[in-house]
Amino acid sequence: MGQRVGIVGVGQTHHRSRRKDVNGIELINEAVQRALEETGLTRDDIDAVVIGNMDHFEGINYVDMWSVEGAGAIMKPIMKVTTGGTTGSSVAISAYHHVASGLFDVVLAIGWEKNSESDTTGGIITCSDPIWDRDYYAGAIPSLAVEASAYMKAYGVTEKDAARVSVRDRKNALRNPFAHLRREVTVEEVLSSPMLSYPIKLLDICPRTDGAAAVVFASESVAPKLTRQPAWVNATSVSHSYTYFGDIDYTSISSLEIASKDAYQQAGITDPFRQIDVIELYQPYSFAGLKWIEALGLCEPGEAPQLVWDGVTDLEGELPINPSGGVLSTNCIGATALLRVGEAALQIMGKAGERQVDAKVAVATGFGGCYWSDVMILGKEPR
Amino acid sequence: MERVAIIGVGQTKYERQKTEDSFADLVYEATTKAMADAEITIEEIDNVVTISNDFWDGRTISSMAVMDAAGAANKNASTVEGDGTFGALYGLMRILSGSYRTTLVVAHSKSSMGSLPIITNSMFDPIYYRSVGLDGISSAGLQARRYMDKYLVTEEDCALVSIKNHHNAKANPYAQLATELTVEDVMSSRALAEPIKLWDASPISDGAAAIILACENRAKKSAKKPAWVKGVGYCADAYYLGDRDLAEMDALSTAAKKAYSMAGITEPFKEIDVVELYDAFSYQELMWMEGLGFCDRGKAAKLVQEGVTQRQGSLAVNPSGGVLSAHPVLTAGLARLAETALQLRGEAEERQVEGAKTALAHGMNGSCGQGHCVWVLSQ
Repeated sequence: MGQRVGIVGVGQTHHRSRRKDVNGIELINEAVQRALEETGLTRDDIDAVVIGNMDHFEGINYVDMWSVEGAGAIMKPIMKVTTGGTTGSSVAISAYHHVASGLFDVVLAIGWEKNSESDTTGGIITCSDPIWDRDYYAGAIPSLAVEASAYMKAYGVTEKDAARVSVRDRKNALRNPFAHLRREVTVEEVLSSPMLSYPIKLLDICPRTDGAAAVVFASESVAPKLTRQPAWVNATSVSHSYTYFGDIDYTSISSLEIASKDAYQQAGITDPFRQIDVIELYQPYSFAGLKWIEALGLCEPGEAPQLVWDGVTDLEGELPINPSGGVLSTNCIGATALLRVGEAALQIMGKAGERQVDAKVAVATGFGGCYWSDVMILGKEPR
Repeated sequence: MERVAIIGVGQTKYERQKTEDSFADLVYEATTKAMADAEITIEEIDNVVTISNDFWDGRTISSMAVMDAAGAANKNASTVEGDGTFGALYGLMRILSGSYRTTLVVAHSKSSMGSLPIITNSMFDPIYYRSVGLDGISSAGLQARRYMDKYLVTEEDCALVSIKNHHNAKANPYAQLATELTVEDVMSSRALAEPIKLWDASPISDGAAAIILACENRAKKSAKKPAWVKGVGYCADAYYLGDRDLAEMDALSTAAKKAYSMAGITEPFKEIDVVELYDAFSYQELMWMEGLGFCDRGKAAKLVQEGVTQRQGSLAVNPSGGVLSAHPVLTAGLARLAETALQLRGEAEERQVEGAKTALAHGMNGSCGQGHCVWVLSQ
């Protein structure tokens, strides 16, 4: 069996739509420096680095090699892990395995994106199969719109229900000094914001963000020396099942159902609603905040709107979701899922500042590719 | 380190242009061959690592194209973007962590579909380096010149590497360029980037390779003789070419030392029987041999001249024909691992190195060998 692993430090940039003052390497370095300061470590203490982003956004091939100065990886082991939107969680899971394998004791996970340098939709479209899918695949928003429409039709869910999710996350972002979009909105404002692709409106969707995240993973022998309360990795799971968009069953998100069930089993969770204290959900648009928490087994299909309207998932609620403001407030794509892991870790470590909730068990998810899902469960106790 | 072994390998034939095969077709062929080799079914594979690169494939989230062909549906899957040896390393970690028993690692490459100068130019700094037109070949030209000047290595020395490897390729059914060459043939071939000429350079290749790694309990029951992983090391040097002495390769030496110390190897030249290394250009085989500690700096050419590195020599280097004989980018490192596993099993057929008990496989990332990965395997 491998070593147990805990997260001991989290660093992130102050996320913005355009960081013209820094290049990509400097952006990465900002997050890395903060993670090192947080843990009291220096570059020399890092045994290995894992980094990820999406190539076609910045147009740099072999980012692991390019980034070594910012990542602090010169004359160190470094590798690049990349899986699209799930990149950040795939990087985190890889960092976990780096340490759990016993090959390393302290590993730095880095996710970043400088979306201001990219044609995001132009890049994303080329993920689809050039023969079978690309003619009709119009990028992330129209694809999510299909999912939202199917979900609304199946369960009588309304645009107003989804707007309530957006209101929650955008309000939470006010408490997160690192968040990109920090403005409170009302249900009416969401409903009257410009239509992008029915039923998704501007305030239902995530922004494009420049930003980076760095998370330090450490072995059980080292972690307790670096921080009072590590966020112990209790489970990691992945479901990257679909290849073609045409094969997807849009009425459910089976990858998240499969990955979360697997992760719950590893973490000994039998009643997710009661046993999970906080969730950082990779929620690229508001409707996901309904449908996908059903996939996580928090309630029956179609019941999520009631849960959200009742305030159960608010910061003060029984099961807070996205106290950071989530993806709707900050979306530096290669960093987005790593931020979910980092924010979940801050909650367990008791270092989430004004957005802190009472949490012993936290769940972070990643979403990307062809409706793929990653799940990581963190806890105050190692497993 | 707990014991992990390679229990199955599969490769497609490497060719200049596989017009009939998509990425998924290539991956499916390598995957099914590796499973047939290991006599294992897809149900028993509990996780998958693909090696996919968006630039080489011309697709964002390039692993999307190959996940089902790799049998990854409903399995824990991930993707490493870099040489196949790095992907295999992640596969190894996933077993060592105790999470999985059997990892399928698969890499594919269709260089025929892209523009090599554009793809390799994009690994350079967009502000300072790209506009001067650096690419994979021209940067290698700079490194070759620096190495040859510093250690008094000649173009004829490099030619001998090319002659050896293309000769070796004749015994490898998967190789793309198998032929007999003379020093004169290499010297008179078309200049690509001085001092690199056509026969000093690896070809453009399409193909795929897969390996199956297994934990000790599973490997002990494997159908074929397991190739046990004894040591691994990897390391990256500085990014800007101007920040490095291109004649030196500290990252490779560091990676090799780590792998040797894990494997308990103190005298690599004596203890290692067969080497498969990433010779994208003929000069690189000489440099990497020195970086791997097989001889002193500048002395590799002498070993080649003396025939020490031939298949029948005391340190067989690239008995498969190496990367010079087939260069499916990203796949090439995984092919090195597959070849060493076959050598250790004694199943390398006509390219078998007699008495191969300990083997080394090497892969690299970035320009001019910025990042290196070293594996030591044994029977």
